[in-house]
Amino acid sequence: MSLRTPQATSRTPQFVPRKRRGAELILLAVALVICIGAYCAVGIGVEGRVPAFVYKLAAGLVGAALVTHLIVRWVAPYADPVLLPTVITLNGLGLAMIYRIDLANLENDGPDADTLATQQLIWTALGIALFVVVIIVVRDHRKLQAMTYTFGLAAIALLLLPLVPGLGKDINGARIWIGLGPFSFQPGEFAKICLALFFAGYLVVKRDALALAGRRILGIDLPRGRDLGPILLAWLFSLGVLVFETDLGSSLLFFGLFVVLLYVATERPGWLVVGSLLFGAGAYVGYLAFSHVRFRVDGWLHPFADPDANYQIIQAMYGMANGGLLGSGLGQGSPDITPFSYSDFIIASMGEELGLAGLMAILLMYGLIVERGLRVALVCRDGFGKLLATGLAVSITLQVFVVVGGVTRLIPLTGLTTPFLSYGGSSILANWVIIALLLRISDQSRRPAPAVVELEQDDATQVVKIR
Amino acid sequence: MTELTLTLIKLGFLAVLWLFVLSAVSVVRSDIFGARVESAPKPAKQPKQSKARPAKQPRGRKPGRGLPRRLEIAEGPNAGESVPLTDEPIILGRGTDAAIRLDDDYVSTRHARFATNGEQWFVEDLGSTNGTYLGSQRITTPIPLPADTPVRLGKTVVELRK
Repeated sequence: MSLRTPQATSRTPQFVPRKRRGAELILLAVALVICIGAYCAVGIGVEGRVPAFVYKLAAGLVGAALVTHLIVRWVAPYADPVLLPTVITLNGLGLAMIYRIDLANLENDGPDADTLATQQLIWTALGIALFVVVIIVVRDHRKLQAMTYTFGLAAIALLLLPLVPGLGKDINGARIWIGLGPFSFQPGEFAKICLALFFAGYLVVKRDALALAGRRILGIDLPRGRDLGPILLAWLFSLGVLVFETDLGSSLLFFGLFVVLLYVATERPGWLVVGSLLFGAGAYVGYLAFSHVRFRVDGWLHPFADPDANYQIIQAMYGMANGGLLGSGLGQGSPDITPFSYSDFIIASMGEELGLAGLMAILLMYGLIVERGLRVALVCRDGFGKLLATGLAVSITLQVFVVVGGVTRLIPLTGLTTPFLSYGGSSILANWVIIALLLRISDQSRRPAPAVVELEQDDATQVVKIR
Repeated sequence: MTELTLTLIKLGFLAVLWLFVLSAVSVVRSDIFGARVESAPKPAKQPKQSKARPAKQPRGRKPGRGLPRRLEIAEGPNAGESVPLTDEPIILGRGTDAAIRLDDDYVSTRHARFATNGEQWFVEDLGSTNGTYLGSQRITTPIPLPADTPVRLGKTVVELRK
């Protein structure tokens, strides 16, 4: 992607901007069929009948989809038509799978088992509400550039919040939660957005200095030593997250996001080399120094060496193997055996019940979201919007890669939520905000060029002679 | 529920899932290739403009009639210099990739860009420090630029000339 010579859409005369809201509506209809169908299939698979509340649920889902569609039609008429239906499909699939695991838990543990589907429905409703608020309030993404350093500070504050004594909570070995009364909240999810905004605003200003100086070694433009400051800072910062919050996934996400944005902003592959070396060094030191990192790596390489400790990943593998090509069918597998099959391991649950065919469809939907995000970045007319769209798309890419790679044992397992699928309020809210921002930027970039306006005949500004 | 029904439901669900993915892909595809051509511009058939200025044709592709042919520095350290306009966008600034390297301390390295869509020219500020002004208006978005309208960058004033 070229930032230095931005491709003007205005140079292809045949391009007529289209709104494509009709296409979005049709895709939304299919998406709703999938969401409601998934609930029905779960009910039929588990209990042999369609769940009784499905009419209420269907009304709610159709209402939510229509509201988002109408809002987009109203405030962002040129926005991308694929993003919203894809996201609603993923969210609906996640809801249905969480409901399915609830049913299994009710069957196993009796009526006082933990049920999460209702909570997740409430979070989804809140997420959609937040989406609407963001897309209405943020009318022009370029205004966000003015708050670059505010977002940077906010990101650091959000990341440090879990370390505050009394506020932070240690859940399952990772200190990434804060407790607000009865609610638990993962501030890292929002820190991700703030960091994308900060990196985009920072790099769009500093990219010339980072790109122009440097020397060439082995055909790769390496940056100057003194320009390494920011990348070293980002590296130390994500190492800090790793050490003090013991959160592998977020640490990888933040560092990866920064390196990729640095590369996109400067167009110099040297940054990727430097970033990979730093990451490799950090990962190796982490492996030597921290037992939890070593535990994850051992579980990745030799899960059967200690089947009790690696129970989760082994169950996930058996589940996916049981699913096979076409899956066991919704409601007919046993994804509830895997611990956290509703959050970190929801991909394994999907793989078991929908099979490889369904899992590939889900991964393709993530691919579509990322493709649309990068497309927005290509078409966007301003550098900040380009970098921001790239950053948001890359954050989704990294997150999906880290989670799905971990669950399928491609890379060591790290705890991150699967966007839109996993159970988790903060994750749902943050990801809906990401989609709102992407739709906003795409609306700006797909809009037709402004019509010729007659200039007012006022006095031109004067050049003040100083010398 | 018989085994058959459950299998049919399973396969049907997967089919709808893939139907969604494929229709989303087809929307993406039509977004890339299927933009309708509402009015293909035919520069050859446009009415002739006045022949008052039989300006010399620059090298490169011939711009449409009625379009400005040169970008000229009207005021500032480089006053009088000009650059022919083709279909390619032009960057002004102090940097090496500028079409005219402006010798003006108040101009940024990559200050402003002039680009055309074949029908009209646009001017766009590239995040310069001191801004690009049309009249008293500091421009923030690409703005259509008629001929003979002064645009100010730092202490330099440029105009498009026919």
